[in-house]
Parts: sequence; structure tokens; C-alpha cells
Amino acid sequence: MKYVPAIGLEVHVQLLTKSKLFCACRTDFGAEPNTQVCPVCLGYPGALPVINREAVRLTALAGLMLDSKIASFSKFDRKNYFYPDMPKNYQISQYDRPLCLGGGLAFETGGRTRTVRLNRIHLEEDVAKSMHAGARSSVDFNRSGIPLMELVTEPDFASAQEAYDFLLALRQILVYGGVSRCNLEQGNLRCDVNCSVRPETRSGLGVKTELKNLNTFKGVFNAIEHEAARQIGILEGGGVIRQETRRWDTDAGVTELMRSKEDVHDYRYFPDPDLMPITLSSGQVERWRSELPELPRQRRERLAAEFGIPAYDAGVLAADKAVADFFEDAARLSDNPKAVSNWVMSDMLRLLSETGRSIEDIPVRPAALAALVKLVDGQAVNMPGAREVFEELFEKGGDPAEIVRARGLAQVSDEGALEAMAEQAIAENAKSAADYKAGKTAALQFLIGQVMRKSKGKANPAGVREILKRRLSG
Amino acid sequence: MSDLADQTLYSLRGLLETGQCSAREAAADLIARIRERDGEIRAYVHLDEESVLRQAAAADAARARGEGGELLGLPVAVKDVLNVKGDPCACASRMLKGYVAPYDATAVSALRAAGAVLAGRTNMDEFAMGSSTENSAFFATRNPWNLDCVPGGSSGGSAAAVAAGEALAALGSDTGGSVRQPAAFCGCVGLKPTYGRISRYGLTAFASSLDQIGPITRDVRDAAMLLKAMAVPDPLDSTSVDVPAPDYMAALGERLDGLRLGLPREFFSDGLDPEVNRCVLTAIELCRKLGASVVDVSLPMAPHAIATYHIIACAEASSNLARFDGVRYGFRAGGANDPVELCCRTRAAGFGPEVKRRIILGAYVLSSGYYDAYYVRALKVRTLIRRDFDRAFASCDALLSPVTPTAAYRLGEKIQDPLQMYLGDLYTIPANLAGICALAVPCGMTGTALPVGMQIMGPAFREEIPLRVGHAYQQATDWHLRRAPRHGKAGQAAP
Ligand SMILES: [Zn+2]
Repeated sequence: MKYVPAIGLEVHVQLLTKSKLFCACRTDFGAEPNTQVCPVCLGYPGALPVINREAVRLTALAGLMLDSKIASFSKFDRKNYFYPDMPKNYQISQYDRPLCLGGGLAFETGGRTRTVRLNRIHLEEDVAKSMHAGARSSVDFNRSGIPLMELVTEPDFASAQEAYDFLLALRQILVYGGVSRCNLEQGNLRCDVNCSVRPETRSGLGVKTELKNLNTFKGVFNAIEHEAARQIGILEGGGVIRQETRRWDTDAGVTELMRSKEDVHDYRYFPDPDLMPITLSSGQVERWRSELPELPRQRRERLAAEFGIPAYDAGVLAADKAVADFFEDAARLSDNPKAVSNWVMSDMLRLLSETGRSIEDIPVRPAALAALVKLVDGQAVNMPGAREVFEELFEKGGDPAEIVRARGLAQVSDEGALEAMAEQAIAENAKSAADYKAGKTAALQFLIGQVMRKSKGKANPAGVREILKRRLSG
Repeated sequence: MSDLADQTLYSLRGLLETGQCSAREAAADLIARIRERDGEIRAYVHLDEESVLRQAAAADAARARGEGGELLGLPVAVKDVLNVKGDPCACASRMLKGYVAPYDATAVSALRAAGAVLAGRTNMDEFAMGSSTENSAFFATRNPWNLDCVPGGSSGGSAAAVAAGEALAALGSDTGGSVRQPAAFCGCVGLKPTYGRISRYGLTAFASSLDQIGPITRDVRDAAMLLKAMAVPDPLDSTSVDVPAPDYMAALGERLDGLRLGLPREFFSDGLDPEVNRCVLTAIELCRKLGASVVDVSLPMAPHAIATYHIIACAEASSNLARFDGVRYGFRAGGANDPVELCCRTRAAGFGPEVKRRIILGAYVLSSGYYDAYYVRALKVRTLIRRDFDRAFASCDALLSPVTPTAAYRLGEKIQDPLQMYLGDLYTIPANLAGICALAVPCGMTGTALPVGMQIMGPAFREEIPLRVGHAYQQATDWHLRRAPRHGKAGQAAP
């Protein structure tokens, strides 16, 4: 019998707000432990939460980008359980009236487009971070109260690859919308997985397990692969799947039992009496909708149409909002968008990946790239020289024309100088000249190389080719 | 002057403004009175005499510079449940023994801004849970009118201090009557403002949807003064409401002409002590003579208030008190091997029996399978109770009733019988559930010389109405002028 998995994701995303969800504390990553705290996010007696409107806006924005319905009435509830990383021993979350309902995301996977349905998106507060060192445990409350959006999908994924590709697409959208940085190393995006399998011939869902501790997309992929295989193995052996929560052990590459269904928490949810419900007018929601940023799909199509670049190029550029922004700024200043696209896609992305830097951190400006393309098109510098210029722009920034001058890279197009070098090259390489005349066209390339060497790389290669052909055909 | 501790806030302000005494003299007198009397009353859990004198001297200096607010130099005691920066704030619990508040509650900073001198922390039932102050983890407070009797609770320390001349005024908190009931037992004025009128920020939460800070004073005018100072909308409390506070003092007068006062018949039911009934009816008769018309009304859902209240209050408390786990502040039990054990041991040793009882009840009514039958149903009944009041206030300006079914009872009399103790709050709880305002004023004495209180309930955000009724009543009576007898050592009888 063949089994098919049904997988659902719960994705926790830290929102890109300056302050926390219920207090004015900052949200900067990497600050000294317990320096971004106050009575509210430490759960001191008498402290009260006040909602951060920006967190509501960003969650609604995510909902609008994912085709969710934005609830005109939603509320906060308390999720009660004891854990040292929760200062109040309850988490303020949304239980039965989330901010966003339904929705879906279409994404590319396995060469086709899939759409996965969303169940809901709700807003809650992040918990603190426990750290264990030997027999000592300590808690850093800087993370406590950072706004967290929880996005729950329907169990629509049929494979680990689909879940993986969905997460890539989701991250792209959330970064595009300025909803989150989605930096996995900084814990901006964390994922739980629900996984079940069922015989292909049967409808409905099998018994599911919940997988925790998935900190990377690769981890999500591996955990699903492993868990689906584990469940299929059990069923094929005549066993039954138990509903339980399992922890992914990254090092061992296995899932292991965390708690069984009997240990499931009764969270005793009830409406938080300290907070008013969130009411949103349709006018407010429509205003937010009108402010929606362009999404990756739309941008890909627009870049191809507007700048006349191939669909493939547009896809590569649109994949990263910052890269697409850079391209677009440069292309608008240039008569040759295709050349700009080539520079960004090849040299720039290569240098970024080699140096591990992000586009925001490098000094090269879109205007400088446009100017460089213009120098190349005007034959003021040849391509090898231009690459040298770009590398300097990437490192230090500056004006391309100035770098060409300073480095003496100006292309030699002076007819007299080129004629003299060509004559000299033919004289010194009589055999090659004779070969060319006898029909061995490859010999011409060798002679061009000789002239380029004499010009120290600065000759205009196209000009040199013309001169040599003329002289050798005479 | 030797009787500064017996002044009202209003009269002391007059003395300060005309230079007949200094704030420092008033503070010194008050401290002397506390030293003299608190050994037997035990109203205070903490008093930093240096700090009181320093604040008073600063007020005098401000006055000399021509600065200062409405309450400049006037001492106010504060219930142990409110955060006062730098002061202990133990909520009369072992759980918070040694905890020092890192910030001011908004109501406290409002008093500071008006120039008040924050003078000591008063005893209470642990985490404001109780009606007799016997649930304090530290010690019981005694009723100044009869040392064998309870002062009421949970703000029993505040009321006893005001009644004993150990405070001119004090702040309490009222979740189901915790300001009004001790005020009535001790012959003081107690005001529970409308829910949302005074910010709860910095008030250690018992039941968030019911808690409200309120003043306990010697007369209605002082309650109006303190309310005015604290009734400011607060961006730190989402439930504080921005309804402009009128000039309460200006609303006070001697007549009640044109006012319609309702008597809810459910508040004069079988359990009501005949002496209390007589005192309240006499007071109502006087209100009629002062120009008010009196009508009978009905609040049919009121008899369900106690059950409704205990479900909602305990549910919220079970969650509010979850934060006391020994991890970040306060008491921490030793000998734990892991965080879960640390939490369990800390809570087992840190909370007293009444607090545990309510946490367990609250966790129970919220648990899956029981939530709809208890919590959700209680919320529905609460809505019905609120509607009862809406209907009553459509035909009345205010409602009059006893504050409590009996006068103060003896220490130890009800502490072993929580249910009997809960039943004592049946007249005060409805106002909390409905979120309206209510005032307690002394209106007589029993045959055994214990004070009796009348409750004046007003619509939401109309505190000026109960204050007007209470003030006019006090202009025509002298119950609020009577002082508790001085007991204690021979030769220290009242002059
Ligand atoms: Zn904070």
C-alpha cells in the first residue's frame, strides 16, 4: 500500500516593530541580556499591557498579502501555563477570535504552482529565552513581549519539499511587506509541524504528531522526511500512530517523543480583562490594502515587462526585495537595463555571496552601476577593465569614470596606436598570420590576444579585430 | 496644635494655607499618633517615618516657593497592594515579603503630583482576598471602635487607620466591596469609583475586570478631593476611560432637591440585621427631608451576584497570581531541583489558605469541560446584572442600600467559615459587577456602639451624584464627626 503524508505548518514570525507588543521596550537583537525590560515585560505586580498598534497593522498587512479576511472584531486571550521563560505564567495570545482568518499562498514547487490554504493568523507575545549552563539556568527577558505573529496552514502539504518551498515563498513575501526580517539565525521565524500519513486510497486524515524545535528550513524538511517515513514504517508493520508531540533532534536526525496526548496542557484560555478587543473599520482595512507593497510574483512580471529583460532574469532579481530595488533604481538611470541586469545577476550576486554581505551594507550605488554600463556601452572601458572597476565600487564605492582614470583603464580606441600594435604583432607572429591567410580562422584570436597584451588590456577588442582582418586580407 | 491628626484633609489644607501649621508639624503629629495607637490597632505594615517627614518638609519648602498642588503637604496612607516606588509592596503576603516596588502606581504618582505626602502602608487581606483583614500573612488589624472586632477588609488597615486617627485618609482597593465594607465597619467614608475612572496601573491585580482603587476618608468632601486628584485617564491602562472628571467639590451642596433615589428591594432582604436596617431607613428618611424623592426599584438578578462574582474574580485571580513563582522577585522556596519544583514549592509556602482556595476555584472554572458551565454563564449573568442597573438608573439618579447586612463581627468569628464571610459582601458586589460607582457613608451606630454604613450607588462616571447625596447627608448629621474611643493603656483616654 502506498501512503501519502498530510502536513500542516505553524509558523511563528517576529514582527518588525521598534517596540514590544505591550510595552515601550526596544526589540533590538543581540543586546546585553535583560537590558530591554520593564515592569510590563517582566510581569511585575501591577503592570498592565497596552497594545502596540503597529503590530496590529503588520499582522493585518501579512493577512492582506496572504488573502486572509481581516476580522473587524478580534480579541486577546490568556493562555495559562507555568514555565520560567514566561514572566506572567500566561501568554497573551488570540484564541477564538484571531485577527486574520483563512487565506492562502500560491508558490512554485517541483516546476508547478501550488496553493496552500491558511487557517488563520493571530498575534501574541514572544516568551523569554532560557539558557542553561551546567547546573545553572538563567533567563533573558529581552525577547519577552516581542510581537509574534502565528500563521497556521491547513494540512495541505504532501511532501517535505512542498513545505520547504512554501516557507521560502512565505519568507520572501513577509520580507517584501516589511512585516519581519525573517532572519532565522536571530530566531525571527520559527516553525512547528503537524504530520500525518494516510493510505493513498483513503480520504480523511491520519493521526497526527506535532514536531517541535525546528529552527531552519532544512530542519523542517529533514524532520518531515524522517517523521513521515517513521509513521509509514509503523503502519506497514501493523502498528498504530499515537497522537503526541515529538522533538526534532538535529544532530541525530531523528524525532523523539516529547510528550504524549495524555500530558497535553489545559491552557484555560479566557479573554484578557486587561485589554480591549481590537476593532477595525472596513475603511481602515481598505486603507491598509491600498498601501500594500508589490509582491514578488507581481514584481517579477512587472520587471520583465517594464525593462524588457528575460523572465528568468526577472525571477532572479525579484527573489530578493533589496536586490530588485537596487536593480530597478539602476535600470531607471540606464539606457541598457539588460546590461544592468547582467551586472546585478552575475558580478554583484557573486560578490555578495563570496563576501557574505547584504546589499544594504555595500557602498556601491545604483547610479554608479548605471554610469559604469554607460562607460562600457560608450567603449570608454572594456569588459575586463569594467569588472575591475565594479570590484572597486563594491569595496569602496565611488565614481566609475574616476576609477577608470585613476587606474588607467581607459580603453585605447586610437586608430594610429592600434594600427602600430597590429603591424608589430603580425611581424612578430608571421606563422599565425600565414595560418589565418590559409583559412585557419582561430589564428586571428591569437593575434588579437597579442595586441591586447601590448595594450596592457586597454585596447578595444572589437577595433583590434577589424584592423587585423583588414591587414591580413590585404 | 495638638489635634492635627484628627483633621480632615480639607481642614488641614486650610490650616496649611493660612500658615497655622506646617506640613512637617502635621506629619510629626501623625507619626506620634501612630506610635501611640498602632500597637493595639495594627493598621500599618510599613511606615518609614524619615520618608514621611522628608516629604512633608519638601511640601513646606514648595509652599514657601509658592508652588504645589491641591493636596500639598496632606498625608495619605496607602494600602499594601499599590506600588509606591522604593516602598515594600507585599500585598500582606509571605509571597512578596521583601519585594520593593520599582515604580509608582499611576494613582500614587497622581497624588505625588498634587503634593500629597505618602504616609505608610496599610494592612489588608492577602492579595485583597477577604473581608476581615484576618487573611493578612503578617497580623490581624483591629477595629478601633471595638478591639475585639474586625475592621472589615480587604482594605481593613486603611479604614482602621482613618478611624483611629492614625491617618487622615488612605487609599484602598475595591474588587467586591473592599473599600466600602471596611469603611462601613470603621465609621469612615469609602468610595469605589466607576471601573475605568482611576488607572489600575500599579495596583497589584486581584480580579482585573473588577478592581478599582478608591479613597477611605473621614468625610465625603475628602473623598471628592482625592478622587479629583486621581481621576486622570492613563495611557498605561487600556481599561482606564477618558471621560472628563467634573469638579466634584463644586457638586457638593446642602440640599437634594430634584434627586430621585431608588431603594432596591433585593438589598433589604431577610438576612439584613434589624439595627442596620433601622439606621439605613432613618438615613433615607433624612434624604427625603433634604428634598430627594424616594422610590422602590428592583434589581432582580442581584441575588446571583455573589456566585457570579466568585467565579469571575477567582478565574481572573488564578491567572493574575500565576506570576508569583519565585523566579524574578519576592519569596523563593529553597531546596528545589528544577524550575517546576521551584515554582510548586514557592507557591505552596508563599500563599495563604484563602488565596490558594480562590486560585484552585479559579483554575477549576476555567478548565476545559467546565468553562461554559461556570465562566461563560457567569459572564452572561454579569451582563444581566448590568442591565438591571441600567434599567434602575433610567428612573433614579442614585440607589440607596446598606453597605453590609451586619455591623462588624468579632475577630475569628467567621474566618473558619469562608462561605459566611463571602455572604457579607452581597450588597457591595453588584456595583463591581456592573462597573458603576458606589459610596459608603456612616449613618448610625448599633446598640453595641459599632458603626453602620449606608451605600449610595450611582451610574457609571457619575461619581458626583453619590458624593452630592453623601455630602448633603453629612451636612445634616454628625455620624462622620464621631471618633472611635481610645482604648489602650490607662490614662490615655480621649481628652
Ligand atoms: Zn517592557
